[in-house]
Amino acid sequence: MSLLDYFKISKTSSASLAKERLQILVAHERVSHDQPSYLPQLQKELLDVIQKYVNVDENAISVSFEQDEHQETLELNITLPDQHKTF
Amino acid sequence: MARIIVVTSGKGGVGKTTTSAAIAMGLAKRGHKTAVIDFDVGLRNLDLIMGCERRVVYDFINVINGEASLNQALIKDKNCPQLHILAASQTRDKDALSQEGVGKVLEDLSKDFKYIVCDSPAGIERGAHLAMYFADDAFVVTNPEVSSVRDSDRMLGILSSKSRRAEENKEPIKEYLLLTRYSPERVKLGEMLSVDDVQEILSLHLLGVIPESKSVLNASNSGMPVILDEKSDAGQAYADIVARYLGENKPHRFIEDKKGFFGKLFGGK
Ligand SMILES: Nc1ncnc2c1ncn2[C@@H]1O[C@H](COP(=O)(O)OP(=O)(O)O)[C@@H](O)[C@H]1O
Ligand SMILES: [Mg+2]
Repeated sequence: MSLLDYFKISKTSSASLAKERLQILVAHERVSHDQPSYLPQLQKELLDVIQKYVNVDENAISVSFEQDEHQETLELNITLPDQHKTF
Repeated sequence: MARIIVVTSGKGGVGKTTTSAAIAMGLAKRGHKTAVIDFDVGLRNLDLIMGCERRVVYDFINVINGEASLNQALIKDKNCPQLHILAASQTRDKDALSQEGVGKVLEDLSKDFKYIVCDSPAGIERGAHLAMYFADDAFVVTNPEVSSVRDSDRMLGILSSKSRRAEENKEPIKEYLLLTRYSPERVKLGEMLSVDDVQEILSLHLLGVIPESKSVLNASNSGMPVILDEKSDAGQAYADIVARYLGENKPHRFIEDKKGFFGKLFGGK
């Protein structure tokens, strides 16, 4: 490595990009890896049903699954638009 | 009672077998009676790295099936009488390993050995699961590279939920990070994740860093665990790791780029 190369190292080196991608991915996978495999399908079908009645987009619904020693909880969150228009 | 160590990673080709051979030899050379077991059913490799491939008569599955006794199947290492090797079977039957059978073999070995090192296959299937299931300690072998770090994190989740200790609500498996194939020069250039980066993501106790080293291939060519090459950087790194595992306080090495100021100025490789 020459002295010139020394100054070329920018903040967006490939290693820092790798780190950023990993941090996001790992955080996501840590919460989702024990979830039942039907969850994405469930989420999609729920969205289809809701969209029949309310004009929401796909980000308006979130399904989360939690598990402790005693019980499993399925939490469903739907954000309705400010003035929800019914069809 | 033996201490059972699993050498695991999720991803293949990161250095599990190299590490298993090195630390088993390191523990044995320090006088601890150690057994090292190849869990990679169908892809036996540890025998080659240990240089005992021509002495394998019976394997792990033979013992589980009662076709050979443990004493018949254990191969005494040629360099160190404290070290014994149990080879993997070359069978293609993936179900040959049973949890009950593995548990029984480990229990029998525990009576006689101080440490049992389990060389895990890649993946999260049966072999990998059984290699970690009975463990007390886990050496998580990781390369400074995105897919390896991700798979290690996945493995950590499994260690903490699917092991015997987890199922019996005992104290969890102790997890250690072994960062291997590390190139301080490339880290400095911003081309490779640093030790700190990997630790920040995995939040694991760092047992040691093993540099990318030609000595590893030389060692495998000759069937001698790299730790026996005491002059090599990788050999020394593994010796440090064994010392730290046994509770000695050894400062970390092989993390910094060794080239001095002039090396940088005049562009050494
Ligand atoms: N520190 C290292 N430096 C250079 N090569 C290495 C190092 N560690 C492992 N290797 C090489 O990487 C390859 C995979 O190693 P191995 O121990 O068989 O991995 P695994 O058991 O995880 O599949 C081998 O060719 C080995 O020689
Ligand atoms: Mg291997």
